Amino acid sequence: MVLVFAESPRGQFKKTAFEAVTYGKKVADLLGTSCVALTLGTVKDAGELGRYGASKVLHIADNAFDDFDSQSVAATIAEVAKNNAASVVVLSHTATGKSVAGRLAVRLNAGLVSGVNALPTVNGAALRVKKSVFSGKAIAEYEITSAIKVISLMGNAVKPESMGGAVSVETASVGTAKGRIRVKSVKTQEGIVPLPEAEIVVSAGRGMKGPENWGMVEDLATTLGATTACSRPVADAHWRPHHEHVGQTGIAIRPNLYIAIGISGAIQHLAGVNNSKVIVVINKDSEAPFFKAADYGVVGDLFEVVPRLNEAFKKFKAG
Amino acid sequence: MKLLVCISQTPDTTSKISFNADGTEFNAAGVQFIMNPYDEWYALVRACELREALGGTVVALNVGPTANETTIRKALAIGADEAVRIDSDPQGAGFVAKQIAEYARAENFDIIFFGKETIDHNGSEVGAMVAEHLDLPYVSYASKLELNGSTATLERDIEGGVEVVEVDLPFVLSASKGMAEQRIPNMRGIMTARSKPLKEVAAVAFEDATKAVQFSLPPSKAGVRLVQPDQMDELVRLLHEEAKVI
Repeated sequence: MVLVFAESPRGQFKKTAFEAVTYGKKVADLLGTSCVALTLGTVKDAGELGRYGASKVLHIADNAFDDFDSQSVAATIAEVAKNNAASVVVLSHTATGKSVAGRLAVRLNAGLVSGVNALPTVNGAALRVKKSVFSGKAIAEYEITSAIKVISLMGNAVKPESMGGAVSVETASVGTAKGRIRVKSVKTQEGIVPLPEAEIVVSAGRGMKGPENWGMVEDLATTLGATTACSRPVADAHWRPHHEHVGQTGIAIRPNLYIAIGISGAIQHLAGVNNSKVIVVINKDSEAPFFKAADYGVVGDLFEVVPRLNEAFKKFKAG
Repeated sequence: MKLLVCISQTPDTTSKISFNADGTEFNAAGVQFIMNPYDEWYALVRACELREALGGTVVALNVGPTANETTIRKALAIGADEAVRIDSDPQGAGFVAKQIAEYARAENFDIIFFGKETIDHNGSEVGAMVAEHLDLPYVSYASKLELNGSTATLERDIEGGVEVVEVDLPFVLSASKGMAEQRIPNMRGIMTARSKPLKEVAAVAFEDATKAVQFSLPPSKAGVRLVQPDQMDELVRLLHEEAKVI
């Protein structure tokens, strides 16, 4: 059985959970077994995971899980995996998944590969999985040989696929100790798709000249239903909040479309965005290194190009 | 206050990455190696700041071969008081975590620091593994750490925001941007680093169940297609019809 841990931050599944279940179902098909999803704490409509391929959903409703602690979560997933003789456990490579995956691997004596971006291949009793390494500059294939295997899935690596209807939810319980981390508060921007999950990202850099000019970037993002991001100098200068910073020291993302406005494309920035499917670069300097990593480029004054591009997208959306 | 900072050695950020002909090994020829930036800038510097404010000891730990001692001396130059190298040529996160845990178990550190991930395998795995081996709480991607007696308050990066948590010592953390500012070692630091203790410890046996078996380079981009700045309808058309992303 393939066990998928479906995260439900603040009671809601996000796209990453549906991606993980879709991926888990495909791994289960490869191995000729079933895919079971596990959810912890308060969650709305757990049966929804059936739509993405789970044949069963296990729900441990204890609301102690609403405050995240990697220790109690890993212990619980490990118990469920053992009780159900899981051969593979799939997590999302998110803030939660990164805290849990290593713990879970130790607990289960399992081999772990985190941040995979493709379906595995079966090699006898082993699984081979690929991920991006050296900050996007190479691809590595790993072989996992343990009896039980832990895989965490990079966001936007697979598309959630509708593969059935809602399924029944089985209430489960395992007696694991309560976590020792006390969550005091959670500050997130509601109503905005977080960067690691965003399919379209509109990002801007120093070429914007100042935070007062960001209106056009936000307008463009609104037109496209995109999430806004920024380069390191912009976050360091507090023109934009830290959580918008993409690049090596910030967040690594892999959207379908990355639009870079007034960003020169230093190697540290590219390290965070070079897995984007399509990159559009707008820069007045035709020598900007970013053009070498771009699919489409516009050499021009961003203060003229961006509003024009926004109008063109609006026309496209309307028509 | 007894603080452990686990440092990794990685190829420099700007290195050209290549592999041997059959793609089974990293080609280290001509590559400059550095201390993993997040271990250095955020984890090590914050540990040194806390030691400066509260007293105690900062131990820098590396799991690696003798060749890593230049990197370890840099950690001492930045401010670690002593260093430990667990002698081995590690191939995987599980092995590294096991070595660190076996060493740390007997030492009773108050906080064990890691960087958020290494810039080679980008796994973010070892910190969580060590926490589990030692049965300690783990706070990942911490961008802020303040201590009040034996209680720590941290901010950790989550998708689209931050979470504020409180935890009692001892615990394990991984550090992200915001935790501290990079420090350039000064001449005095570099001089004193030479005489600070660097202890070698033998590795314990551990068989990793995960192995990197094949490396390759991503397909190269076809080259940028330039669109004139007054042709934005054309760019939208290309994104829709050719790239199919809108």
